[in-house]
Amino acid sequence: MKFLENIVHKMEPKFAKGGKLEKWNPIFESFTTLAFTPAHVTSKGAHIRDGVDLKRTMMTVIIALLPCLLFGIYNTGHWEMVAAAGDRSLDFWSNGGDKMIAGLIVVLPLIVVSYGVGLTIEFIFGMKNGHSLHEGFLVSGILIPLIMPADVPLWMVGVATAFAVIIGKEIFGGTGMNILNVALLSRAFLFFAYPTSMSGDKVWMAGAENTDVDGFTGSTALGDLASFMSEKPVFENLETFTNNYSLSDAIFGYIPGSIGETSVIAILIGAAILLITGIGSLRIMASFFAGGLLMGLLMNAVGGNDYIMLPPLYHIALGGFAFGAVFMATDPVTASQTATGKIIYGLIGGMLAILIRVLNPAYPEGVMLAILFMNVMAPIIDHYVVQANIKRRLKRLKTT
Amino acid sequence: MSEEVKSKAPSEPLFSKKNRALVTDPLTDNNPVTVQVLGICSALAITVQVEQGIVMGLAVLFVLVLGNLIISLMRNLIPSRIRIIVQLVVVAALVIIVNEVLKAFLPDVSEKLSVFVGLIITNCIIMGRFEAFAMANKPWPSIMDGIGNGLGYAGLLVLVAVFRELFGSGTLLGFQIFGNSLPGEETGLYAMGYMNNNMMILPPMALIIVGIIIWVQRSRNKELIETH
Repeated sequence: MKFLENIVHKMEPKFAKGGKLEKWNPIFESFTTLAFTPAHVTSKGAHIRDGVDLKRTMMTVIIALLPCLLFGIYNTGHWEMVAAAGDRSLDFWSNGGDKMIAGLIVVLPLIVVSYGVGLTIEFIFGMKNGHSLHEGFLVSGILIPLIMPADVPLWMVGVATAFAVIIGKEIFGGTGMNILNVALLSRAFLFFAYPTSMSGDKVWMAGAENTDVDGFTGSTALGDLASFMSEKPVFENLETFTNNYSLSDAIFGYIPGSIGETSVIAILIGAAILLITGIGSLRIMASFFAGGLLMGLLMNAVGGNDYIMLPPLYHIALGGFAFGAVFMATDPVTASQTATGKIIYGLIGGMLAILIRVLNPAYPEGVMLAILFMNVMAPIIDHYVVQANIKRRLKRLKTT
Repeated sequence: MSEEVKSKAPSEPLFSKKNRALVTDPLTDNNPVTVQVLGICSALAITVQVEQGIVMGLAVLFVLVLGNLIISLMRNLIPSRIRIIVQLVVVAALVIIVNEVLKAFLPDVSEKLSVFVGLIITNCIIMGRFEAFAMANKPWPSIMDGIGNGLGYAGLLVLVAVFRELFGSGTLLGFQIFGNSLPGEETGLYAMGYMNNNMMILPPMALIIVGIIIWVQRSRNKELIETH
C-alpha cells in the first residue's frame, strides 16, 4: 500500500491545476480515490468523519452481491450443460469445476461489456463536466449482468448499458440524481426493445436454441406459470407444477432464470451483509417481502386460474422477487427517503410485482416494472409523508 | 393596432432581412417543436416511418401557410370575441381539404396517419401562429411565418422519423438499409446477429429522441436554456 501511495503522490502535481495533464485529472482522481481516502474534505460546519464515502458504500454492495454472482456463474454453467444434454434431471452439484468454467465463459464477458461501456460513458461525462468518475456505476455495472438472461447477446448489453447510463442517469445530473434505477432501466430497455432475446423459453440457458432434443424447453418456472393464463399451459395444474419445481429447489436456486436472481439463499446472505453494514434499508426489504406475501394471499383468496392459486412463498422464491427486493428496491437514490415512506414504497412495490405477474401473461416477471414504477412514485410518497408530518405538528402546536 | 401596422414601413421589400428571418428562425433557434415545445403529440405518434413524417409535415405546412394567409387577410374583420371560433373554422376547412386529398391520392399513407390528419386541427402550432402572428401581421409576412414554422415542424418530424425507421425497422422510406430482416433469410447486419429495436417503434422512444434533439440543440446554443 505504501508503495502505491508513493507513486500516487509523485504523480499528483502533474494532474493538479496548471499541471501538464490537468485535463485528465478526473480519471486520475477516480483511480486514486478507489484505493485511498480523498484528500479534499468539507471545510465548514461540524462533520463526523469516517472512511465510509460513496466508493466504500458501493464496494460493500458489490461484496454483498458476490454470493449471488458466484452462484449465478455456477448456475449458468449448470443449465448450459442441461441444455446441451437436453436433460433437466442432471445432478446439480456434480462436475462442479466444469460448470464453474462454463459459467465464467458466459458471465465474464457480460460483466466486462457492462463495466466497459458504462465506465467509458462516465469518464467522458466526467471529463466534460470536470468532476471525478461517479461511483454509482460500480454497483450498476455488476447488477446489469446479474439481471440478464444467460444467452443475451453482448452488443445488446452494451446498447442497454449506454442507454441506461445516458438517459437514466447522466441527463439528470449523474450519480445521486437519477430517478430510475439504472440497472433496471437497462433491463427494461432490452425487454421492450428486443423481447425475443429477453423472454420466452430460449434465452435462459446459454446455447438452449441449438438443442434439438425432442420435448426439451429452456423455459423458466415463471414462464411455465404464466402459461396457465394461456390456452395451452405447460403443466396440467398447479400440482404437477409443484412436483416439478419444489419450493426448496426454488429457494436454493437450482432453477433456470436470470443469472444472479435464482438463489434466495445467496440473496439473503447479501441482504445480511447490507443490513449489518447499515447500507440497505430493512424497512424497504421487509415491507417489499410483506407486500408480496400479502398480495399472494389476497390472490389466493380471490381465486381464479392455477397461477393465482400459487402459494405466496413460491412467488417470493421464484424469479427476481427476492433479488429485486434486496438489491434493487433498496437503492438509496431512487427509493423513498422518509421512514414511513420507505414502508409504503416497499409494500406497494411488492404488491404490484405479484399483481403484474399473475394478471398479465405478457409480463411473466413483474418485479422489474413494479420497482421502476415505484421509483417514479417515490418522491410523491415522500411529499405526502412530509406534508402529513407538518400537519400533525401544526395541530400539536395549536392545541398547546 | 391596425393603424400602427399600416403607418409603419409601407413598402418593405418582399425578401427583406426581417421577412427572411421569419422563415429561418423557426428552422433552428425558434423551432416550434424543440424550442416552443408545441405539436409534440403528433411528433410522437406519426414518426414511425419517414414517409408518414414527410406527408404529415407537408399537410401541416399546407394548412399553416394557407391558414395564416386567410386569417391575416381577415384579421381586421374578425371580432376579437369570436376570433378563436373563426380560426377553428378556417383550420377545420383546410384540414378537411388535406384529408380528402390524401385519401384520394395517398390512400395507404392516409390510412396509417388515421386520425392524426384530422387532429391537425388541435395542433398547437397552428392555433399558436394564428393567434400570435397572423392576427397582427400583413398577409405576406404571415405566409413567410407559416412556411418557416411549417418547415420547422416538418423538418423535426423527418429527423425523428429517420432515427425511428432506421433503428426500428432497419429501413429508410421503405428501402432496406441493414439488409433483409426476415427470419430464416437474414442478410447484411442481420446475419451477424443485429436486431431491430422494437422500442424505437413505441411512442416513448420518440419522446426520448425529441428530448435528445432538444438536449443537443441547447448544449450548442446556450441562450435557449431556460433559467427557471
